Amino acid sequence: MAKLKYRPINLGRWLVWGGTALVMIVLPLIFTSGFTLTLLSQIGVSIIFALSYNMLLGQGGMLSFGHAVYSGLGAYFSVHALNLISKGAFYFPVTLLPLIGGLAGILFGVIFGYVTTKKSGTTFAMISLGIGEMVFACSLMFPGFFGGEAGVSTNRVIGQPFLGITYGPSIQVYYLIAGWALVCMAAMFAWTQTPLGRMANAVRDNPERAEFVGYDTHMVRFLTLVISGFFAGIAGGLSCINYEIVTAENVGALRSAGVLMTTFIGGAGFFFGPVLGSIVFVAMVSAVGAMTKAWAFYLGLLFLLIVLYAPGGFASLIAMHVPVIKARLMRRLWLPYAAAAAAGIVLLAGLVSLVEIIYHYSLEGGTAPEMTLFDFTFDVTDGTPWAVAIGLLVGGFVISRFAWNAVGRAWADIVHILQRQSA
Amino acid sequence: MSTAIELKAVTKSFGNTEIIRGVDLAIPQGERHAIIGPNGAGKSTLFNLISGRYPVSGGQIELNGESIIGLKPFEINRKGLSRSFQVTNIFQRMSVFENIRCAVLWSLGYKYSFWHRLGGLKDANLRAEEVMESIGLKQRRDTSAGVLSYAEQRALEIGVTIAGGAEVILLDEPTAGMSRTETADAVELIRKVSKGKTLIMVEHDMGVVFDLADKISVLVYGEVIASDKPENIRGNKAVQEAYLGTEAH
Repeated sequence: MAKLKYRPINLGRWLVWGGTALVMIVLPLIFTSGFTLTLLSQIGVSIIFALSYNMLLGQGGMLSFGHAVYSGLGAYFSVHALNLISKGAFYFPVTLLPLIGGLAGILFGVIFGYVTTKKSGTTFAMISLGIGEMVFACSLMFPGFFGGEAGVSTNRVIGQPFLGITYGPSIQVYYLIAGWALVCMAAMFAWTQTPLGRMANAVRDNPERAEFVGYDTHMVRFLTLVISGFFAGIAGGLSCINYEIVTAENVGALRSAGVLMTTFIGGAGFFFGPVLGSIVFVAMVSAVGAMTKAWAFYLGLLFLLIVLYAPGGFASLIAMHVPVIKARLMRRLWLPYAAAAAAGIVLLAGLVSLVEIIYHYSLEGGTAPEMTLFDFTFDVTDGTPWAVAIGLLVGGFVISRFAWNAVGRAWADIVHILQRQSA
Repeated sequence: MSTAIELKAVTKSFGNTEIIRGVDLAIPQGERHAIIGPNGAGKSTLFNLISGRYPVSGGQIELNGESIIGLKPFEINRKGLSRSFQVTNIFQRMSVFENIRCAVLWSLGYKYSFWHRLGGLKDANLRAEEVMESIGLKQRRDTSAGVLSYAEQRALEIGVTIAGGAEVILLDEPTAGMSRTETADAVELIRKVSKGKTLIMVEHDMGVVFDLADKISVLVYGEVIASDKPENIRGNKAVQEAYLGTEAH
């Protein structure tokens, strides 16, 4: 007679979720600048959006090029609802406004999803791209709803304050986003532990077998997309509150490509991958974007490196170290890692110097040839900074090769030890 | 005894090539029925027609007296017919337990539920544990299906096929590629899990066929040339000429 294994309380899981909540509460108290608060709010919205995307890509094996349709339309419905609320057309608390975005996500998930999920693989990807372009084109065809090129703006501060909450100050908006992010993260994680969530994995891995155990693969994909659309719509609603403006960009291909990159950089194969991806992506776009015009180049390069050398994303890099830590073998990696990091810094310094010099030379070389980089001020029309940058780049590349060979050897030893231990 | 599966003048063509040429077959409930024949005879194609993987070109297929023509594989599965594949067809990235649990969810009524927690589905989890025990993979519960040995993967394939409790089971070459010991274990497993069910099996190993089957149908060039009890098939001259040769003696 078979017996069931029961796990009364998963303490580790509670600790992870509790820790995440604590971090979300404490972060704005530590980093109090307005810029950091904006960054954290963007990360919160991005986490919901990317996790909803990963329900398709990671959980259901659906590569979508048009996911911004659901978040964008959610944002548009939210912005119109907010404007109507402020005019007194109906009463609805701003705190729950993302739900309107979520419902819009469901509605369009049902409409578009039924068609897109009929097929999987490349066909699905192509249809999703087509629908994305179609909706983006609609933004110019229906300016009454989409607001034309200027978009639709709103004011999130409406009605009487409730317990002092007006959503005027950024900190209040941050905590609203953080609260929604935590609830959505928990709900999306819970979804992975349901029959539909598991069958989405089954359809991703082997759609034929899934059909022969009684499941309509089209229906599994369709329901997954509708639920994913709901969460994307919530992200759209929060984005509307955060920025107080919604433009055609919200439904555009760039937004769809952004969420794909976010998820891939973080790691589509892991639930927490898109969370990591959101932190990296928002940091690259906002923080690096504030520092240099070349941010998109660096983001593209990072994406390329991830695709080539860590296709499982940052999450996979973390996950691959778990058995090493458990076997207490990390000490074998510290030295090679330190060498690789040092070499990487030299390589990165060379690359950044060269890219920034080229940018400055191309854009302002004729009018303002002086630039400051890493606290050094120099003339980009002079040959020395070019030579130093190229030197750092080539030197960094050469020593990186040696350093990464050492990392490779250390890993080979560790794998050998782990295999021996498990045998 | 009522008929579990009935094929009436079933044909299947790919372009101008007719693979199945007017097959008539009636398999009563509870029978273990083997379909044998040389390579290219159309055995797997016949399985694909019965299970809805391919549409028929002509004829009728009935499951428990009800036509299943035009139904999709998942609809046929829900009517109580489950199949295995010649090439192992499981969820490679999932654990043994998850593979079997996926196969029991629909039959236990959980369908597309996103409001039940898998860990809390006592009936599904218990059924998965039972099936896992019956196919001898209990020790490999949390092992990823992709890293199981070939024989273990074939056992899991059978487990996934029977887990939903289908009354009609189609096994496509369940012992292909196995050693003698593994084959003997597989035969015992099939005997155990098909008890009280209708079993239709395509198999090349004559030892397995004559050991397990209540009745054998011989398919040659898309036609059933004989359908009888094993002892009669063994002595059938047409079958010997077409297929068995001296192996049957």
